[in-house]
Amino acid sequence: MNQNRIPIYESLNELKANRVVPFDVPGHKRGRGNALLTSFLGQKTMSVDVNSQLPIDNLCHPVSVIKEAQDLAAEAFGAAEAFFMVGGTTSAVQAMVFAATKKGDKILLPRNVHRSVLNALVLNGAVPVYIDPDLNFEFGISLGMKREAIKKAIEENKDAKAIFINNPTYYGICSDIEYIEKLAHENNMLLLVDEAHGTHFYFNSKLPKGAISVGADMASISMHKSGGSLTQSSILLVGKDKKGVSRINTDYLRQIINLTQTTSASYLLLSSLDISRHNLALYGESIFDKVIKMVEYSATEINAIGDYIAYTKELINRDSIFDFDQTKLSVNTLQIGLAGIEVYDILRDEYDIQIEFGDLGNILAYISVGDTMLNIERLIGALSEIRRKYKKSKIGMFTREYLTPIVSVSPQEAFYADKISIPLNETEGRICGEFLMTYPPGIPVLAPGEVVTPQIIDYIKYAKEKGCTVLGTEDMTLTNLSVLK
Amino acid sequence: MEFWYAENHSKNVKLNIRIKDVIYSCQTDFQKIDIFDSYDFGRILVLDGYIMLTEKDEFVYHEMITHVPMSVNPNIKNVLIIGAGDGGVVRELCKYKNIEKIDMAEIDKKVVEASIEYLPFTACSFKDERLNIHFKDGLSFVRSKENEYDLIIVDSTDPFGPGEGLFTKEFYGNCYKALTDDGILVNQHESPFYTNDANAMKRIHSRIVQSFDLAKVYQAHIPTYPSGHWLFGFSSKKYHPIKDLNENSFADSKINTKYYNTALHKGAFALPTYVEEMLKSVE
Repeated sequence: MNQNRIPIYESLNELKANRVVPFDVPGHKRGRGNALLTSFLGQKTMSVDVNSQLPIDNLCHPVSVIKEAQDLAAEAFGAAEAFFMVGGTTSAVQAMVFAATKKGDKILLPRNVHRSVLNALVLNGAVPVYIDPDLNFEFGISLGMKREAIKKAIEENKDAKAIFINNPTYYGICSDIEYIEKLAHENNMLLLVDEAHGTHFYFNSKLPKGAISVGADMASISMHKSGGSLTQSSILLVGKDKKGVSRINTDYLRQIINLTQTTSASYLLLSSLDISRHNLALYGESIFDKVIKMVEYSATEINAIGDYIAYTKELINRDSIFDFDQTKLSVNTLQIGLAGIEVYDILRDEYDIQIEFGDLGNILAYISVGDTMLNIERLIGALSEIRRKYKKSKIGMFTREYLTPIVSVSPQEAFYADKISIPLNETEGRICGEFLMTYPPGIPVLAPGEVVTPQIIDYIKYAKEKGCTVLGTEDMTLTNLSVLK
Repeated sequence: MEFWYAENHSKNVKLNIRIKDVIYSCQTDFQKIDIFDSYDFGRILVLDGYIMLTEKDEFVYHEMITHVPMSVNPNIKNVLIIGAGDGGVVRELCKYKNIEKIDMAEIDKKVVEASIEYLPFTACSFKDERLNIHFKDGLSFVRSKENEYDLIIVDSTDPFGPGEGLFTKEFYGNCYKALTDDGILVNQHESPFYTNDANAMKRIHSRIVQSFDLAKVYQAHIPTYPSGHWLFGFSSKKYHPIKDLNENSFADSKINTKYYNTALHKGAFALPTYVEEMLKSVE
């Protein structure tokens, strides 16, 4: 196929040139009916906010330009098939879970998955079996999974239908995905991969391997993160084995997607996916070379400040840190006596610098092709100042981030069970009836069906004190927690 | 045919200068450099469409940014200059025999090269043995320095473009760290007159006062800069710009100046009421 083609973009341009008179939705009619919105977003944007129609295809049943664009994307990623998604990578992740499991089926996964996975389990009734991720106590982060832990989980749960992993984690850490692929398929399990932070892996030879390239069955790709498309646009990829055969019935998968996906998919999102795929396929190697160079420079300079530890490829241990995404600028802040979230707040409040997130021990600055060296100098300069002005003793810094979940009943059963709301302090030993996560990093501390332990209660109190937002619960102040009766 | 250089001083105000000739023009990795020859102002250096200096009035700027701190602390030995690729600040500093070392961090090598070639009246001291030029971003250069300089002079462009990082809180904080215990920071401080310049001027002051206990502002009259009314910042860890002025040492040094003198030094810190109010509003 010709990766120079951009079918959705081309068909929208043609639609504009033909000056078709719209007697269909959307009601703003190319912006004329909403002057303020048009002046805010621009006439060009409004002119392509159009409804599905014959010349521009339909996402629910693609046969022409959307199909071509998806085929081009599949080729660019080396996948058997690609589905454009307009409900974020959340919708792609849920489609993977729904396609692979049914009520009562077991699914193996590390706990540091995104909440969207556990939400999917509430909806379809599958049961999670958690594989402990390895921990780095010095940095206070959970890593990838050790081969040994994966093997043990698979051997103890041979009836599981699928294994679900992150490639990479939010921090850029990759597990040994080739090993997992082999073991999963030997045991007739599907390998589902959340690649929300891994789009760029497919377009630069210096980066870790993309899941589809090693034979994963499905992968969810956040094109809107490193791929450059608009927020909420995403791609679900279907993989194939070495003979080119896919274990996934893609017609069934399309039905699954259409259960929950909108029938009015936005052409702003769809065209942004098409244009971004074109850009990555043609220029990905040089784009991410530039990003890698900027991050390498930043990490070296930040490490030279002292006390900060910027993660580099030196972390790699070929097991729980099997590989590392060099485009991620993760920095451990514990040696200066500040939690990552505190550094994150100071950067925003005092230096007008907004970074991606700060957790209890680390910060992450998202670097992309849109960054300039001058702005990177500002970030490094500000970090150096924060150390000079705020450094204090690190005694009392809480580093442990991973809390082993004790699953008592399935997420679905717990979510829909009869519940009672009681003060957080009195919840020890009870079965939690709702989700609870600290943001950042948005990884669940408690999911429905899990037992509340004293460590979890301590962790929640500490995270609140350091300025993390605790969310997911019905009681938004988190004085109370909802538990099973 | 007539050639006119035009520069917007505000959206609705323009300065026009009749040009004899275009001497040099180059788009670098950082900015557009133009050098013109004019009838009334001689050679003119323009960066990204804004006048940096003219042959006729550059002495005001370069004398005021250099001799004010040097007369307050004549014992300055180590100096860091940020920007200043035209060489004017170096020229003035090199008049002081007791300065031992001058580091200069200029991001754009092309500015220095063009100045040496076409602006010999400012770029006349680049061969001085005490000078070390580093072609590096100022923010990045100063970051690793600690307790090293008695004086830092920030001769930057406006806060839009390559000079942006030199107007940030992190930069002033890094300068504070790079200065010795009796160190002085002098910076180009924009103008209080037109709204955009005045906003930049207030922002600079609000950020400097967060790092330095003593942060004063002084003024000079520079005809080719917007409104002609220009400000400089004098921030220090120890010295007061007037109480600690050492008039005798400047007289003894026998340095020739066209604008600066010690009587004017004291007067320059007396600001118009509206400027004082602007500064107070952000302290």
